[in-house]
Amino acid sequence: MRTYVFKRFGQAVLVLWAAYTVSFLLLSALPGDAVHNRIQNPEAQISPEQAQVLIEYYGLDRPLWEQYGSALTAAVHGDLGYSLTDGRAVTELVGAALPSTLALTGLALLFGVVFSVLIGIVANYAPWKSVREVVGSFPALFGSIPTFVVGILLLQLFSFGFRLIPASDDGSFVALLAPAVTLGVLVAAPLAQVFTSSIRSARAQPFAHVLHARGAGQVYVFRRGVLRNSSMPVLTLLGLACGELIAGAVVTEAVFARPGIGQLTVGAVSTQDLPVLQGVVLVAALAYVTVNFVVDVAYPFIDPRVMVNSKARRHNGRGVTTKATAGAVDREPAALPSLRVPRRLPVEMSMP
Amino acid sequence: MSIIAVEPSTADLEPHEKSTGLAPRTPLSSSTAVARWLGSHWVLVISIAVFSVALLWALIPGAFTHYDPIAIDNGLKLRSPSAEHWFGTDLLGRDLYARIVYGARASLLGASIAVAVAVFVGSALGAVAGWFGGLGDTILMRLIDVLLSIPGFLLAISIVVLYTARTGHAGLVPAAIAVGLTTSATFARLIRSEVLRVRASNYVEAAITSGATTFTVVRRHVIPNSVATTVSLIAVQLGIAIIWIASLSFLGLGAQPPEPEWGLLVSDGRKYIATRGWLTLFPALAIIAVVLATNNISRHLSKRAAR
Repeated sequence: MRTYVFKRFGQAVLVLWAAYTVSFLLLSALPGDAVHNRIQNPEAQISPEQAQVLIEYYGLDRPLWEQYGSALTAAVHGDLGYSLTDGRAVTELVGAALPSTLALTGLALLFGVVFSVLIGIVANYAPWKSVREVVGSFPALFGSIPTFVVGILLLQLFSFGFRLIPASDDGSFVALLAPAVTLGVLVAAPLAQVFTSSIRSARAQPFAHVLHARGAGQVYVFRRGVLRNSSMPVLTLLGLACGELIAGAVVTEAVFARPGIGQLTVGAVSTQDLPVLQGVVLVAALAYVTVNFVVDVAYPFIDPRVMVNSKARRHNGRGVTTKATAGAVDREPAALPSLRVPRRLPVEMSMP
Repeated sequence: MSIIAVEPSTADLEPHEKSTGLAPRTPLSSSTAVARWLGSHWVLVISIAVFSVALLWALIPGAFTHYDPIAIDNGLKLRSPSAEHWFGTDLLGRDLYARIVYGARASLLGASIAVAVAVFVGSALGAVAGWFGGLGDTILMRLIDVLLSIPGFLLAISIVVLYTARTGHAGLVPAAIAVGLTTSATFARLIRSEVLRVRASNYVEAAITSGATTFTVVRRHVIPNSVATTVSLIAVQLGIAIIWIASLSFLGLGAQPPEPEWGLLVSDGRKYIATRGWLTLFPALAIIAVVLATNNISRHLSKRAAR
């Protein structure tokens, strides 16, 4: 387990470093122009001395690899440079914007998961075919509506129509609901799609039929077998969906006029504030990498089969399996002993 | 309508419908076959119809409306939908229906450019990585992992900003290219896996053994065998590109006014949503309908590819 975690951590750091390098090459290396534009802009009123400081700070008088080296060293120490517009530190700007966006994306993720679980269950288990089909088409519908349209409609309906929620962010929880639902719809689309189809395929697997044949009810089969098997692809997707969340936050925050990373991005874009933009990209990549690292580490706990692939774990994995199976059988001499699914075995393999 | 004759109608039906229909051996009259096919594929038919209308709007907008989408007429400010102006008029007295019809050109052109860039860059990278393998493959795939770890929309925004920093203004084409470059990673992955799949097959082994050049194998085997899955991905990406480009325009990073573009129309109409909701609703519906249509067509294509 430890080697697995270390390996994943190493990969995460590598991806982060590469993301920084790509964004540096894309944004920091090219915009010699942006700094010079800023200096030459009469509105900015930068004196020649200040201009010299700026040029030296961004290392525009040095070769590219030296600029990269010092920028990377500074980034590792938590210095992402300074905004070109108001001279505040990028870390400070991002830090100020982050809590609001985290609250939004966190709640949105919760909504997204709830929506997709509801859709997945109703689309597979509703007793009426028409309901199953209509609900089953929701993911495709959700995926076809642009986020800004969802946001505008929700805002119009609930804050101007029914006057249930404040039209602008006043820091209250209620003001957070509509944007979070907007963003939740965005992430629910792929999640619900995958969850619906993976529940369908898990239900069609032999172990589900065997459980039914042995008299297990629909709820039992779902809880003990189908849910676990069908949540694996969703979990993987959840990691990927976090990238979508941050991008969606840009649009959502613009629609609802909420402060946050999105507003920071739009502002930085309109003033061509490249250091801030690079900071945002880096934070987004950091969030993505962190979430995927957590998902990777959580994986073996939900599906121990992942560990079987790494050689070192194979032996240990088997040992645990044998014990668990033996224990389960010993403890349950009653009616359906082997129906008890041992925690450490994939469900379909545990069935006779 | 030639597809209909080829389509094996019984294979597509749901199991329970099979038993209720005619006896399976009775040869169907062609009209019955058409009716049954339409009955089970009506969603697809509507999708194709919607997409065709949007395509025609984009190609020959003048045939659908005689109003000018850009000329300002101050006497016609903010009219409600009527017989003359189907979708009403906007603040500058421009007919909204005409703007949506002409907007199809911007939206579909942008999406097509984006997908073309993505297919070109993605298949080149994916094919090279999949065919030659080795160190190049590893490096390319790692690079693509990195690309995918930066949220695509942010990356597209960054590229647009770079362009804007150089030229001083945003535009539809740079936005489309940015979207294309960001989504090319998806194509690279797909093409790579397709190439690997075809490469491992016996007929490619046989072709190589009998002296076929790499170029011949790619042209005769790899491309024909991966077309089906690629086309279905293209259809999905077309819908995604429409949404992304509309979102970029909505944020002011894509098409610039007075050019009619669906995302821009929504953002313009938004100011009057409380009193004149149709200004927002109609362009939004246009986006949703076309994206739904492309998604449905793609789903059908991928089903056919899997068969």
